[in-house]
Amino acid sequence: MSATIITITSGKGGVGKTTATANLGASLADLGYRVVCIDADIGLRNLDVVMGLENRIVYDLVDVVEGHCKLRQAMIRDKHLQDLFLIPAAQTRDKTAVSPQDMVRITDELRQESDWILIDSPAGIERGFRNAIAPADLVLIITNPEVSAVRDADRIIGLIEAEEKGPGKLILNRVKPEMVRRGDMLATDDILDVLAIDLIGVIPEDEAILIATNRGTAASLDSKSKAGKAYRNVARRLNGEEVPFEILQANDGFFRRISRIMKPGGER
Amino acid sequence: MKASLSIKGTQDGLLVSIPEGDWGDARPALLQMIDEQTDFFQGARLILQIEQRALRAADLGSLRDALAEREVNLWAVLSSSDVTKIAAADLGLAQQLSKSSSSGDEDVPFETMLYGDEAVLVEKTLRSGHSIRHPGHVIILGDINPGAEVIAGGNVMVWGRLRGMVHAGAAGDESSKVYALDLSPTQLRIAGQIAVSPTRRGRPKPEVAQIREGQLVAEEWQSNRRR
Repeated sequence: MSATIITITSGKGGVGKTTATANLGASLADLGYRVVCIDADIGLRNLDVVMGLENRIVYDLVDVVEGHCKLRQAMIRDKHLQDLFLIPAAQTRDKTAVSPQDMVRITDELRQESDWILIDSPAGIERGFRNAIAPADLVLIITNPEVSAVRDADRIIGLIEAEEKGPGKLILNRVKPEMVRRGDMLATDDILDVLAIDLIGVIPEDEAILIATNRGTAASLDSKSKAGKAYRNVARRLNGEEVPFEILQANDGFFRRISRIMKPGGER
Repeated sequence: MKASLSIKGTQDGLLVSIPEGDWGDARPALLQMIDEQTDFFQGARLILQIEQRALRAADLGSLRDALAEREVNLWAVLSSSDVTKIAAADLGLAQQLSKSSSSGDEDVPFETMLYGDEAVLVEKTLRSGHSIRHPGHVIILGDINPGAEVIAGGNVMVWGRLRGMVHAGAAGDESSKVYALDLSPTQLRIAGQIAVSPTRRGRPKPEVAQIREGQLVAEEWQSNRRR
């Protein structure tokens, strides 16, 4: 086995990196793969909470880096899926406790015994972000249909290109088809127009995500959840399957152009 | 020989710059160069750039005679030395080029060469946070996304969508222009003028932005009309 390492990042906080990591991890494990999720947000960990594994933490990523434990000991098995594991972040330390080289070393060790390694990146563009993308084979950029999130995603894509980690692929999260139809939300086409990278998922806004997150389960295991289904589709696309985008086809031109959202501040 | 002589074609004649050093060395070097390339220099009008070197009328006169023997007409002497200026005036030699560029040390290239600053070619899309600064012209093959900026001393040409910030003529050159296939910048600056993009209607068209009568204006690019 040689795992594919995927880093999930966004630049802006609160757009759904951690939720996406948990749901993709569960979806890939549900497809029968062995998946390890790593929380790289040291000092502000929460992937363990979203996956409902907080009370099982004994060792964390920093313990592995500093040699206090074996890698195996820090891997927490998921409650529902036999082949899904979490390596949690340390809550009492900060980003400087881990270097990009440490991340490469740890993931190289994990590569041998897993199919997918998902890294949940912290927000921002500093050390934590660099730690998270250093080992990546593929970077998934997650954004919401709002100008500030798209702007940050653009910045992140630029940084990823500078690190020669490829342009990455885009997940558009929390899309409200109603609002897009009314023209009150940036449309997928407009966002892709600016970011100019491949789309790998469109996740609709879904209450089931919030409910599942608070319960510490993955919405992607809930067959009735629309967002869960969208995450399962992302997992299938990562796996090389051709899966059509449902929401893209619903957008039929009633959207605003990005250029119109920039308000004129004077005359030329 | 230390630094070599340099020759440039100008509309006034051949501009020969003589490097710093003893005139006793420079004069024979100049004559030797002319002797070696008689075909090139024969019948030429010569402009001599001699920096702050002080030459008396006797020096210049003998040089003029030596050049005349080689069928080279000494037309002007450019120098910052007062002694040389007086000497040149006595001999009836011009002391500046007829072009508006009065400073003697300005580079005046061959007519077959394009005049202007150097340009850089950027073959990628500039994303938020990227910044390009260049004293000359900047050509972008790609988009300038919101949050990215280009600051150029000269013109800026964007073969793509301009949605970020561009400052052309950043050193104060009001004749600078900004060209883009889709000119929708968050902000546009030319020299000291600042403007924002008005709401676009319809499909984007190639446009050029420039200062006209003190106003920053953008208009549709028409290749058949000379600007």
